[in-house]
Amino acid sequence: MSVARFWRKQPQRYNLIGTKCEKCGRLFFPPRTLCPDCRRDGNIVEHKFIGDGTVVTYTVIRTASDQFKRLTPYVLAIIELDEGPRLTAPVVCTPEEIKIGMKVKKVFRKIAQDGESGPIYYGTKFVPVK
Amino acid sequence: MVGIITYGACIPRYRIKVEEIAAIWGDNADDISKGLGVHEKSVPDMDEDTITISVEAARAALARRSVDTDTLGAIYVGSESHPYAVKPSACTVGEAIGATPVMTAADYEFACKAGTAAVQTCMALVKSEMITTGMAIGADVAQGAPGDALEYTAAAGGAAFVIGNKDTIADINYTCSFTTDTPDFWRREGQAYPRHGGRFTGDPGYFKHVKGAAEMMLKHQGTEPSDYDYAVFHQPNAKFPSRVAHMLGFTKEQIKPGLVVPRLGNTYSGASLVGLAATLDIAKPGDRIFVTSFGSGAGSDAFDITVTDTIESDLFNRSAAPTVEELLADPIYLNYAQYAKHKGKIVMQS
Amino acid sequence: MREVAVIGIGCTEFGERWETSFRNLFVEAGVKAIEDAGLTGDKIDEMFVGNMSAGRFIDQEHVGALIADYAGLATNHIPSTRVEAACASGGLSFRQAVTTVASGMQDIVVAAGVEKMTDAGSSLSTDALAGAADREWEGFIGATFPGLYAMIANDYIHKYGLTREQLAQVAVKNHYNGARNPIAQFRKEITLDTVMNSTMVADPLRLFDCSPITDGAAAVILCPLERAHEFTDTPIKVLASTQASDTISIQDRRDISTLDATIAAGNRAFKQARVERKDIDLVEVHDCFTIAEICAIEDLGFCKKGEAGRLTAEGYTALNGTLPVNTSGGLKACGHPVGATGIKQVCEITEQLRGDAGKRQIDGAKIGMTHNVGGTGATVVCNILEVC
Repeated sequence: MSVARFWRKQPQRYNLIGTKCEKCGRLFFPPRTLCPDCRRDGNIVEHKFIGDGTVVTYTVIRTASDQFKRLTPYVLAIIELDEGPRLTAPVVCTPEEIKIGMKVKKVFRKIAQDGESGPIYYGTKFVPVK
Repeated sequence: MVGIITYGACIPRYRIKVEEIAAIWGDNADDISKGLGVHEKSVPDMDEDTITISVEAARAALARRSVDTDTLGAIYVGSESHPYAVKPSACTVGEAIGATPVMTAADYEFACKAGTAAVQTCMALVKSEMITTGMAIGADVAQGAPGDALEYTAAAGGAAFVIGNKDTIADINYTCSFTTDTPDFWRREGQAYPRHGGRFTGDPGYFKHVKGAAEMMLKHQGTEPSDYDYAVFHQPNAKFPSRVAHMLGFTKEQIKPGLVVPRLGNTYSGASLVGLAATLDIAKPGDRIFVTSFGSGAGSDAFDITVTDTIESDLFNRSAAPTVEELLADPIYLNYAQYAKHKGKIVMQS
Repeated sequence: MREVAVIGIGCTEFGERWETSFRNLFVEAGVKAIEDAGLTGDKIDEMFVGNMSAGRFIDQEHVGALIADYAGLATNHIPSTRVEAACASGGLSFRQAVTTVASGMQDIVVAAGVEKMTDAGSSLSTDALAGAADREWEGFIGATFPGLYAMIANDYIHKYGLTREQLAQVAVKNHYNGARNPIAQFRKEITLDTVMNSTMVADPLRLFDCSPITDGAAAVILCPLERAHEFTDTPIKVLASTQASDTISIQDRRDISTLDATIAAGNRAFKQARVERKDIDLVEVHDCFTIAEICAIEDLGFCKKGEAGRLTAEGYTALNGTLPVNTSGGLKACGHPVGATGIKQVCEITEQLRGDAGKRQIDGAKIGMTHNVGGTGATVVCNILEVC
């Protein structure tokens, strides 16, 4: 990913900054600049999500692309944030621990890196709430 | 009075025992653990590094107390394992806690005392009223060369301290430093592992500087070790801090809460600050804490700290973030192969 | 709007075609289709070609022009367009061609699909295919394409229950059918054990739950129904060709294990064709993963949500079952050259409706359906065809 492309979404990846349509109240993460319900009649503002959520579904990735090969097997889940929107994110736990309905909270981790000399991409993963 | 506004720590969950490392290199595990006073050390997860640890420690500090990040005017991260040689860890921490863009920042290196150097800088910026609050972090995912004595103790972890002068939870009454050019332990640019002078790291290194700074502090403050409730010394192993405490006149009980190295290993730039965090975790208003760090190269920073009533007030919620004891509980043990994979010690196809 | 007929079809052998290049795969399929239609090339008015990612697999863009050129038609300056909707690129190509003929704009139109995947190597292939999903919010953080369908599977299992055997039966059935398809990539029957003991790719999906990497091309030729008799004795009428979209990522879906785009395109197709589910004699669905076939059967309305696993295990969708699904072998056994699959599906239904499907023939097949999906369900194309 080019440096500009990653940098553009740092607030989203580091701090779960999404958007809200003030007209209808819908919340979005990942952020949307156009509300699917209100479209041009909507009024989009920034909204920071707390980072608490519940696992809706998951898988354990055992065959991955080169970027993620060293991390396999790793858990990937769709998490429903307490505020409503869902996002896809890695969960830091063993394959045996992950369950649908599990409560999770955000944690700051390395997502990937561009080889040994390229940038390191940081972002948000989730851990089970003990 | 300038002092600590809030603090937080981060310790990865993985551990490796001394026996595991000893078995690979044909060392006697018992001799090693008895000699060092360390029986296991922390290991970062595959996706953890000094920046992620710094962010988690910073967020822990901010979870305990509401700090206006708009007026958090400085962030300094001290480490000897910054992920980038050029591109400050402090910038990523700033972004991740919402303190950017109105702040100054830089990364520090001074072996194991880069974190306490960061504290001193924040103190000066606060005292001179250049900033309202500043954050000092000491964090590392330190590397020990395979088969070297340091491999038994080089660990991962860190702590973050917000420094200010309004409603501190602990006042920093005074700080002083003792610094010389001493080649006790070093790492050349581009090298993967540090080197050291063996027994030279003891008297001319650690003990000379810790004693130097500590004695200057006691003299300046007109205090005796018995005037303090707790003491935290840099802990590369359990022997050095115990010995220097004894040499200076501090007791085993005074250093006990801050002596986490037996179960954690040496978190390098994090070591003294994690030790201080562990002490603050159990401290009461009025407790006086004596801290002296040590960084190879070499130098020591000493601090005289008094805990205030604010630590038990509504302004500060200690239980909003895990204590050092809680972070040390529930570890996940690795074997040497897993540890080598986590620490990037295996040569991969580039 | 005029009625449209399929008058010619051609498919290359699907598989790892090391000796054949991208452009030659297309020519191979195109020539077969032209000969099947009894046409000459100069009669072709327009071409559409579905191709997901020649840009990433072989660093080639401008595929419409390349194909027209190597088909020998560039000198006729025919309009030639590449269309893309990930794995539904072939479906898009067909619908664009149908619309062009139905509207009266053109008479003889080729709808083709081609993908050359094996030149890229498996790591680049995997990454290129991940572009069918949301790169920014799914791919970048470590989601693989099988991983996304695996999450759909776990959601399905959580809501409806599905046994490992039921899921595996989809692959067993499709390999059985593929063994009877001369162009299929895999022509050997397999057992439940083979599927259930294969390497885990993304829990719960194993290697044999996943369609392969394949090279291949397919082409069909369309003309107005009123002219079909000029070219063939067995014209096949297009009763419906419909398309629908949905959110690109599964995190934004209304229901993770229901493909709303399948429901929408399917309903539109049955309405356009004026037929009912019970009138369908056989259907080619998009089984990029075994779970996708289970969801497709349900979301197309052939049974209730949660029932397709049991029905598959009972043989309802087998070659000799009540509603044969994927007589071609599906994506799983026939192979999945991404851009070509949607066209191959039309070729299979056409062969079946003509009575030319040999060992896998469904006797008396009169009305067939195809279902082609892009990504994890963000695009769906459905077609319904009837013997004339």
